[in-house]
Amino acid sequence: MTEKMKAVLYLNQFFGQIGAEDKADTQPLLKTGPVGPGILFQELLGPEVEITATVICGDNYFAGHVAEATEEVLAMIRDCGPDLVLAGPAFNAGRYGLACGAVCAEVTSRLGIPAVTGMFPENPGVESYRKTVYIVPTKGTTAGMRDAAGKMSRLALKLAKRESIGSPEDEGYLPRGIRRNYFARETGAARAVTMLLQKLQGQAFRTEYPLPVFDRVAPPPPVENMSAATLALITSGGIVPRGNPDRIESSSATRYGKYDIGNLRQLTAQSHETAHGGYDPTYANEDPNRVLPLDAVRNLEREGRIGRLHPYYYATVGNGTSVARAVQFAREIAVDLKSSGVQAVIVTST
Amino acid sequence: MILELGQIPVKEIAWGKKTLLDGGVLRIHREELIEKTRGDDSRLASVEADIARPGESVRIIPVKDVIEPRVKVAGRGGMFPGFIAGLETVGGGRTHVLRGCAVVTAGQIVGFQEGLIDMSGPGARYSAFSQLLNVVLSLDVKPGLSRHEHEEALRLAGLRAAVYLAEAGRSVTPAFMERFAMRLPLKTKESAGDLPGVVYLYMLLSQGLLHDTYLYGQDLKNLLPTLISPTEVMDGAVVSGNCVSACDKNTTYHHQNNPVIRELFNRDGRELRFLGTVVANCNVTLQDKQRSADFAAKLVELLGADGAVITKEGFGNPDADAMMYCALLESRGIRTVLLTDEFAGVDGASQSLADTTPQADAVVSTGNANERISLPSADKVIGDIRVVEKIAGGQSGSLSREGITVELQAITGATNELGFELLSARSE
Repeated sequence: MTEKMKAVLYLNQFFGQIGAEDKADTQPLLKTGPVGPGILFQELLGPEVEITATVICGDNYFAGHVAEATEEVLAMIRDCGPDLVLAGPAFNAGRYGLACGAVCAEVTSRLGIPAVTGMFPENPGVESYRKTVYIVPTKGTTAGMRDAAGKMSRLALKLAKRESIGSPEDEGYLPRGIRRNYFARETGAARAVTMLLQKLQGQAFRTEYPLPVFDRVAPPPPVENMSAATLALITSGGIVPRGNPDRIESSSATRYGKYDIGNLRQLTAQSHETAHGGYDPTYANEDPNRVLPLDAVRNLEREGRIGRLHPYYYATVGNGTSVARAVQFAREIAVDLKSSGVQAVIVTST
Repeated sequence: MILELGQIPVKEIAWGKKTLLDGGVLRIHREELIEKTRGDDSRLASVEADIARPGESVRIIPVKDVIEPRVKVAGRGGMFPGFIAGLETVGGGRTHVLRGCAVVTAGQIVGFQEGLIDMSGPGARYSAFSQLLNVVLSLDVKPGLSRHEHEEALRLAGLRAAVYLAEAGRSVTPAFMERFAMRLPLKTKESAGDLPGVVYLYMLLSQGLLHDTYLYGQDLKNLLPTLISPTEVMDGAVVSGNCVSACDKNTTYHHQNNPVIRELFNRDGRELRFLGTVVANCNVTLQDKQRSADFAAKLVELLGADGAVITKEGFGNPDADAMMYCALLESRGIRTVLLTDEFAGVDGASQSLADTTPQADAVVSTGNANERISLPSADKVIGDIRVVEKIAGGQSGSLSREGITVELQAITGATNELGFELLSARSE
């Protein structure tokens, strides 16, 4: 008889039966065998797979210590030596979704073990991880548990057996946006004419490549009197105080920093550096003013061409950072700038 | 305008004492083929001729163009007007086709963007040319020629060879006849008025620098979009001079056998009314793009189209033209479908096109050209395998003892944007 495949399940404190929100600071811990929804997963996975362990972590602990929590969870999973990993389903729980996404992404990329999670399509974890992780769409609440667990189990089994994975519609996962070739039944020309006829007849048709749609922001009217205006600096070029105190990621940033420059005339190689992982950092580190032009703006301020420089600048890393995250950063920063009376902003990119 | 295509299936090709069709066998007098291919072009230094059959362990690289042998047996004009025949308008009467075979021009590399054809193995699935009996001409030119002269010398030699071979089919009775009758939408009273009117918008690459296409011998860089009968294309009115990436350049064979034109004819009178074909170009400057796109959209509208199929050639820069054509037609109320390939990166994770418009909501994908494929070594290479590291889709290290690893980009016709192949891509 062939050996059973081993599975590990990742759950938060609630589904891991530790407790509710009051236990959300629980640090990662390992339990033997299936816990909570693990019982259902075990039933659905069948006799080929044994859930040997469950890793549980509090949502707040994970959200507040993403890097450490990920490492701790990953180490526990690695030690179990599983053939597949299941996380969640997280339904519409945001912190839980982000944790499930992070765990699956790391398990897949660093351990090379197939991982599957499940989330409500509007869970922020979907936006952050759909490109790198197999996510099964679920209902918003636990009412969708059996359906979600069924789809997750089926997909995870296929992945663990190294079977070829079909389209998102066939396999029941959210499209990751990865483009893969396949041979269609008809030529492109035949498909094109069919699609045009469907479109002309007002029937439903499915484009084979949904084009990305960029929203356009209408620029506000020009600032009338710059010499009286307060100007702020923002950069996506990753310029941070040396040591990167907020630990902004070198790519796919999940945060931005707000830093005091009220008393600085310019940046130096000793005071600042870049956290950006998407370009050659040599010249930015040599002279960070090249990316965040504090020196030039101070000159404008001295010459009276701008009223004054806002005493804080904002920085993140634009490298692979999702548009949704960037929009979120911008909303928060804009509120802060408005409340400080800033009228104009220079955004530098790299 | 009515064109009859008499299809003569070629089942085998062999060298012989005289060039003729013997049952299904095309016998070729090799020396005469070489002489006719050379013509009186003093730029050609050497011409060699080979035969490559489906299933053989043969790799042809670098491939410049592929051409189907066709001969005009009745009606005005002759094959490849403006290059071989005179300038009488073609597209009517009768043309004989040597079906199942092709002339492939190969030899010294002209640009960096020539491709390969594998006659067997995993690469053969990606190119219709792997299923043809190919007469391969390896052409070398004299030193000191400019690239443009080099390209022209090879282009014309290929056309001469195809015309020479096609003569063998002039007096043969075709196995079957196909009949293509073009509507005259501005003249006749429409009898199939309920069916939607469809125009084919045929974008032809015209960027200079070896990225050129010719209509009746005219370089399309200077074209203001114009109206042609789709049957003209079947008679060789459009000739490729392109050295763009092999996967999505439209070879002369692709033009002769344009699958969108065939598909629209097939459904004409049953599901749609095929109103005509507008040929348009893709130049490099914004001004030229805008002029062509706006002018072409107007022609499509004048024909009374309800919808249009748009095909592309090349990638990157032409994406901008394609989006303009889509947006301008849709804004005039003409529904569009665009055929394009994708450059989504080796991992498929990148954005596939360089430009976008919300109006391009119906896109047919002919595959991600960046996807990598490993092709085992072939017993015989026609041409020069070393260029695999230079051609688009290859890279330093592509060539190893076991074979080659390339992007699909390197395979001639793999992601053809006329929709010639079955390949597509989807989001996973």
